[in-house]
Amino acid sequence: MLSNNWVAFQTIVVREVMRFVRIWVQTLTPPVINAVLYFVIFGSLIGSRIGEMGGHSYMEYIVPGVVMMGVIVNSYSNVVSSFFGAKYQHFIEELLVSPVSNLTILLGYVVGGVCRGLLVGVLVLAVSLAFTQLQVQYWLATGVFTVLTALLFATLGLINAIFARNFDDVSIIPNFVLTPLTFFGGVFYSISMLPPFWQTLSQFNPLFYIINGFRYGVLGAADVSIWYAFVVVLVFTLAAMALALTLLNRGTRLKP
Amino acid sequence: MQKALQLHQVCKTYEGGFEAVKGIDLSVEAGDFFALLGPNGAGKSTTIGMISSLMTKTSGRIEIFGHDIDTDLDAAKRCIGLVPQEFNFNTFEPAVEILIHQAGFYGIARNEAKDRAEHCLELLHLQDKRKTPPLKMSGGMKRRLMIARSLVHQPRLLILDEPTAGVDIEIRRATWALLEQLNADGTTIILTTHYLEEAESLCRNVAIIDNGEVLENGPVADLLSQAMAETFVFDIREKQHRELNLGVYRVNKHTATRLEVEVPKGESLNKLFIDLQAAGVEVLSLRNKTNRLEEFFLRLVARNQAGAAHAE
Repeated sequence: MLSNNWVAFQTIVVREVMRFVRIWVQTLTPPVINAVLYFVIFGSLIGSRIGEMGGHSYMEYIVPGVVMMGVIVNSYSNVVSSFFGAKYQHFIEELLVSPVSNLTILLGYVVGGVCRGLLVGVLVLAVSLAFTQLQVQYWLATGVFTVLTALLFATLGLINAIFARNFDDVSIIPNFVLTPLTFFGGVFYSISMLPPFWQTLSQFNPLFYIINGFRYGVLGAADVSIWYAFVVVLVFTLAAMALALTLLNRGTRLKP
Repeated sequence: MQKALQLHQVCKTYEGGFEAVKGIDLSVEAGDFFALLGPNGAGKSTTIGMISSLMTKTSGRIEIFGHDIDTDLDAAKRCIGLVPQEFNFNTFEPAVEILIHQAGFYGIARNEAKDRAEHCLELLHLQDKRKTPPLKMSGGMKRRLMIARSLVHQPRLLILDEPTAGVDIEIRRATWALLEQLNADGTTIILTTHYLEEAESLCRNVAIIDNGEVLENGPVADLLSQAMAETFVFDIREKQHRELNLGVYRVNKHTATRLEVEVPKGESLNKLFIDLQAAGVEVLSLRNKTNRLEEFFLRLVARNQAGAAHAE
């Protein structure tokens, strides 16, 4: 039984990776171009007038946030578009009629999303090297926060896709929730620059912990305790996975 | 004889209260070629959806080769190959990949999955379309790809929901031949179709459902023997005939060149020909207006719907 689910898991992951590689112009090129624009406009042009932030040049300071934006947006959008596409074209039925456990479906889609998130993260990081000399300070912390973040947002993408009834439902969360939270999570600034009220409010934003955790790994400095950030991200990830699995087990919006 | 499928008092009530299936009991023996017939909205696809786990049943019990879907779902799923009514592919994925992935979902390792995929494509005469995505296939090719996909894990029970809808006659005949071969090789087949000649010529047993209930269930031959009448269409030599009175043979339609006559069960065609000759009608050719199962089906459904209307 376990080996059957292992083969099924590999099949889903391979299919997901083949999907985003087949349409690389849509999936891999835009985040790299966006990152280049951020680095040129915010990093080079505006950043040169800002000076240092947190003991680093402004360009160095924004690189971890921009990399994390790529990871977040791409792990999320890979799963939401792929799973909703499968629902929309009804080929999710290929999985529903076969003896694949719901946990395997969850992990297969999520790992597919993580693969795209990580690949985009590596590409953006590689591009950033053209703009700044970056020395990763803590590889383990960098790796753990990147993978956890990709897992969390791929799972959230799956939850979004399960509930989505049409293409509007697929784009609402990324456009109206994810993007503002990412920008207010401290990609381009340190929250110590904010008035006290906004500093407090920022601490309710999960993206703040993710970006700062990653920034700690890369630069060795962050606005928040690394362990606190790790626990927050881990708890959110486990909670999201538990919710996604419950929805799959119930057949929510999948089985009439 | 082992049962391939058993349904005990299976019900399905959708959100909003619509009862699509009302306590169906059904039994299909292993090796059977079984037709599930009914008008649109009768509950056929809902029943198939519950059997294949695409829908959740409201109540009742479903067993597939002895595996209860409530307690042994994975084993039950392994026995089933499903060809749904609607195309449900990733339309951008090459045909061979669709089959390889489907095999993977059943735990078949990629190397073996590739061999099986190629074999199934060959079986359905799609080997030259192996790299073509469904987006670029004709309706008939897509239907064949759906059948190929359903066979890749070598199911013991093959369920086909309208497998020949919208395909040309050549492909339909080829599909019939393939299904007959699969059945002869031991695969149990359950078929829903609107082409009742398909059911009559392929299937040994049939269930007719309407309004979520089984109206008739049994061997095709037994049901046909219940047919009370058969309608024949005669092409006749053009001539102004006066109104025909053929006694027990009811004339349904009469034009200058065509005659439709209903022959009651037990009455011979010989006597009809004698009566026609006596009336001065020269018969050029003769055919059934509908096949016998279709006639039986139409009468049964009409009677059931009249009964339902009367009850309201």
